[in-house]
Amino acid sequence: MSPNATEGRAATAGAATPPPDDIARDGRGRPALARVVANPLFAVVTGLIALVIAFSIVNGSAFASVDNVRNITLDAAITLVLAVGITYVIVTAGFDLSVGSVLVFSGVFAMKVMGWVGGSSWPTALLGLLGALAAGGAWGALNGWLVAYARLNPIIVTLGSLGAALGLSLVVAGGADLVDVPASMIDLGNERVLGVPPVALIALVFAAVAGVVLAKTVFGRHTYAIGSSKEAAERAGIAVERHLVRIYLFSGACAGLAGWLALARFSTTSISGHSLDALNAATAALLGGASLYGGVGTIVGTVLGAFIPVVLANGLVIGGVQSYWQQVVTGVVLVLAVYLDSERRKRNE
Amino acid sequence: MAGTVVSYGTESSNQVRERRARRAGGRMTDTPPPTATDAGQRPPALVARGIVKRYGHVEALKGADFECRAGEVTALIGDNGAGKSTLVKILSGTALPDAGTITVNGAEYRPDSPAASHTAGIETVYQDLALAPDLGPAANLFLGRERRRAGLLGRLGFMDDRAMRDDATRTFAELGVTADTSRASVRALSGGQRQGVAVARAVAWGRSIVLLDEPTAALGVVQTQNVLRLVRTVADSGIAVVLISHSMPDVLAVADRIEVLRLGRRVARFTRAEASVDRLVAAMTGGAEAAAPAAGLADINGGHPA
Repeated sequence: MSPNATEGRAATAGAATPPPDDIARDGRGRPALARVVANPLFAVVTGLIALVIAFSIVNGSAFASVDNVRNITLDAAITLVLAVGITYVIVTAGFDLSVGSVLVFSGVFAMKVMGWVGGSSWPTALLGLLGALAAGGAWGALNGWLVAYARLNPIIVTLGSLGAALGLSLVVAGGADLVDVPASMIDLGNERVLGVPPVALIALVFAAVAGVVLAKTVFGRHTYAIGSSKEAAERAGIAVERHLVRIYLFSGACAGLAGWLALARFSTTSISGHSLDALNAATAALLGGASLYGGVGTIVGTVLGAFIPVVLANGLVIGGVQSYWQQVVTGVVLVLAVYLDSERRKRNE
Repeated sequence: MAGTVVSYGTESSNQVRERRARRAGGRMTDTPPPTATDAGQRPPALVARGIVKRYGHVEALKGADFECRAGEVTALIGDNGAGKSTLVKILSGTALPDAGTITVNGAEYRPDSPAASHTAGIETVYQDLALAPDLGPAANLFLGRERRRAGLLGRLGFMDDRAMRDDATRTFAELGVTADTSRASVRALSGGQRQGVAVARAVAWGRSIVLLDEPTAALGVVQTQNVLRLVRTVADSGIAVVLISHSMPDVLAVADRIEVLRLGRRVARFTRAEASVDRLVAAMTGGAEAAAPAAGLADINGGHPA
């Protein structure tokens, strides 16, 4: 319905026409360029295109090759799975700093499970997956309970889990990485299905399903509603606390899946290698348009956002820049993403 | 008496009833509302007796009584701190009373959550709107009661967004609410349009009682008139409407009965014919004994404030 039709009916109902700023705020009245810029995916898409062009010019075929694109996809896979979980949490106006440590804990736990079961075939690997999902889900449920029912600040709660899960991983693993990952799992990182490693394919399919659930289901709608206004959701009869526990549980289970995929990818629990995973995943979600104020965010945006830290790292390394610079740049990009978020918010108020 | 005070022309109560029936054909299974005949003969839709609510040492309600009838607009008025909002919270399931009984259509009513009040057929329009600002008008209209797709997809939790949007467009059109259902969020709507969405939601789902807590407080003159017209229409369709308001002209324009709270108790009751601004103000501020008609004071603890 056009604004004019709305006005027309309002007039017949004896109402005054809406104030003119109502129409101005309606996106349709603005020029095409302004509409494109206002799109929440604008920043992430432009950023990604700019990075790809810049690195293609600087690094040439070493960057813009099929093999390297495959590498990037593989590297992005694990960040992506974590970022999907974080996106759900951020949409509820929460946060999850613990995903990197929960990833490590889930990997260690999965290794223990597979060690007890024995063997290196598929059934063992699948039991390992179940173990990783259960371990991650348990951490997530604990986070969720503390946030929803104990009403603690999600940043503090998940900061605590970040430390506790990492410490517990070291305790369970005995202080050293576990490296005897079943051969059937290692294949997931090396083989090709449709030219793509299965690890990356699993991550992309998982993100697609999670994206549809967030956009199209009652569960997704309630997730947005809680982030948009917790009070409104409560008054609409939504069981807010229970839903929040499920959201954090889901984020933990995502970290569990990512932990299992990381075992396949790196053939080790790499306990000390995931301290910045939460930074990367949160950057992906926020660049992709998720808002720390809650109620806003899409998985499509997060998928695009997940490639930015990875493309950065990849391009810098190929260009001969010390890889540590990637951490510096990702940190800066995260702050930039939050700044864009708050600017968008101010414009909308 | 319902419908005789002012005539409102934009829509018929039949339309509202039809829409209600249509929605009932979706997922809700309930009895149709009572018809709007014999307004005077009907038993009260809701009766609250001796409601007490304490917040720490503060007694917000000190044994308040209240009742409202189907097909009528009952205004609940009182000065700041009289306990109006507390009573609304109790009736809408967001606060539990410390003492007292409530019956809805004869059955005991003690809601411990907003969902429980919805189950009893009671909907509330809160003072601060209670819409989810990032969701669209249709999503807000169906929030917590989303319509699902048919078959397996529906059981998996998939929503039928198109059906919800179509139904929302129809509902808004029938109620004269000018909210564009194609919008992605209600954030960009004007205050009046948002209030329209909130009122439409309560009206669309309320089967027995609709509570409106200061629905016109933030609105301009024309928007206020629209909301009041809506209130009248809803009552004429057989719903019991409770209007909490500070605005005496609004109350006198639309209410069939008026109940006055003061310092946590009901101190006076008026019918539309008995009420005047002077009498209402006197009752609200403590001059009730002098100003209110005797009938209004018969059952209210002698009418003495604490």
